Amino acid sequence: MDFGFGLTPSSAIELDALDNGLFEKLCRIEPGARTCIACGCCTATCTASGYSGMSVRKLLLDLQRGRNQEVEQMLSHCMLCGKCTMVCPRGINTRRVILTVCRLYDNVEGEL
Amino acid sequence: MNNKILIVGGGIAGMETARQLKALGLNPVIVEKSSSLGGHVAQWHCLFPDMTPSRKVLEPYDEALKDVEILLETEISSINRLQKDYSVVLSNGRTLNCSAVVFATGFRLFEAERKEEYGYGIYDHVITNKDLEAWFNTRSDERVPAKPSAIGFVHCVGSRDLKAGNTQCSKVCCITAIKQAIELKEQFPNSEIYCFYMDLRLFGKKYEDFYINAQRDFGIHFIRGRVSEVCETIDGRVQVKAEDTLVGKPVKVKLDLLVLMSGIVCNKENQALAHSVQMPVDDDGFFRSKDNIISITEADRAGLFYAGTCTGPKTVPETVAEARSAALNVYNYLKGRK
Repeated sequence: MDFGFGLTPSSAIELDALDNGLFEKLCRIEPGARTCIACGCCTATCTASGYSGMSVRKLLLDLQRGRNQEVEQMLSHCMLCGKCTMVCPRGINTRRVILTVCRLYDNVEGEL
Repeated sequence: MNNKILIVGGGIAGMETARQLKALGLNPVIVEKSSSLGGHVAQWHCLFPDMTPSRKVLEPYDEALKDVEILLETEISSINRLQKDYSVVLSNGRTLNCSAVVFATGFRLFEAERKEEYGYGIYDHVITNKDLEAWFNTRSDERVPAKPSAIGFVHCVGSRDLKAGNTQCSKVCCITAIKQAIELKEQFPNSEIYCFYMDLRLFGKKYEDFYINAQRDFGIHFIRGRVSEVCETIDGRVQVKAEDTLVGKPVKVKLDLLVLMSGIVCNKENQALAHSVQMPVDDDGFFRSKDNIISITEADRAGLFYAGTCTGPKTVPETVAEARSAALNVYNYLKGRK
């Protein structure tokens, strides 16, 4: 029976139950991912960000907070042009970070 | 022992060290490569957080240093350690025998043209923090428009930037940008001013108040995002692109003037000098202190001392305090040697 209301799940990030295994795996392959200072240069220069919300800055943060679903959605908008890599002041190879995350999604449990 | 102390550099650090050494009864000699004393401070219009004219900060030194030997337009050719003293050969051919050497060699501002994406030296209305201070002093710079309606500041130009080879925070640019933004707003009350920052590091006394004033009383906009690229519009203005990382959306704005906050970087030319006396240099290119807590003004070699920004980015009051500390270190060192 439909009473016309439902429960909205909490959107809070429960740090106690955090699973950021994907980020840790990423960092083993691309240690530079840890040096991001969230300056937003990647997003500002991204051709897709204005239309789709693509953002390497957010991607790295979401992975650290275990928000893997959001990351998967975002990745589908990347065109792999590499402009973000050119502007990163930390010298993070953001294009390779994106490709590595894609490979990790294809094979989440397995080792690369 | 002749109590002669060589001070390398005649900026505020060198001047203050000389003043204190003189007061302690020693015999300082300042060697300065440019044609006047005062260093970077002399090129600045006024200083944060009280808008003190830099002229006023430097004035007392005229009197204080009148009995100090000052060698302008002179550089150090070589330094050699003798048994106890140092033998210093100057570019004018003179040799000095000194009991101790104080390095007050300061810093350089990052060359903004190296960040080509910001268009310094390419676009007509892009200047640096140093250019803006010169404009405050002279009011003449054709890159500054007569009635700008929008002005932007880019923080951290060449600082915290691995690709530019400077990973350190330049420390004073956050507060300098706020000071300069307020000064420009006073000059152009109808303009909108935007500061693009990565983090605002407002650690010093009154800095936080200054930041609140900038927002509340002067309506300066702070946007958390590093400018990724700058281009020129068809009407000769500059357009900047950044991400407003707090909103999570890319932002674009057209400006009449863009000010790049060039950061404090090490003075590379001093490194050869440091190597000649086996004085260690840190990863960031600044001189390495004996330790970073209680012996910042001492090198790990007897008779060599530091004052000011040659060991890392510092504010003017910190530099002056260090210069005093270095002078006292020298005094105690010589006393212990007797």
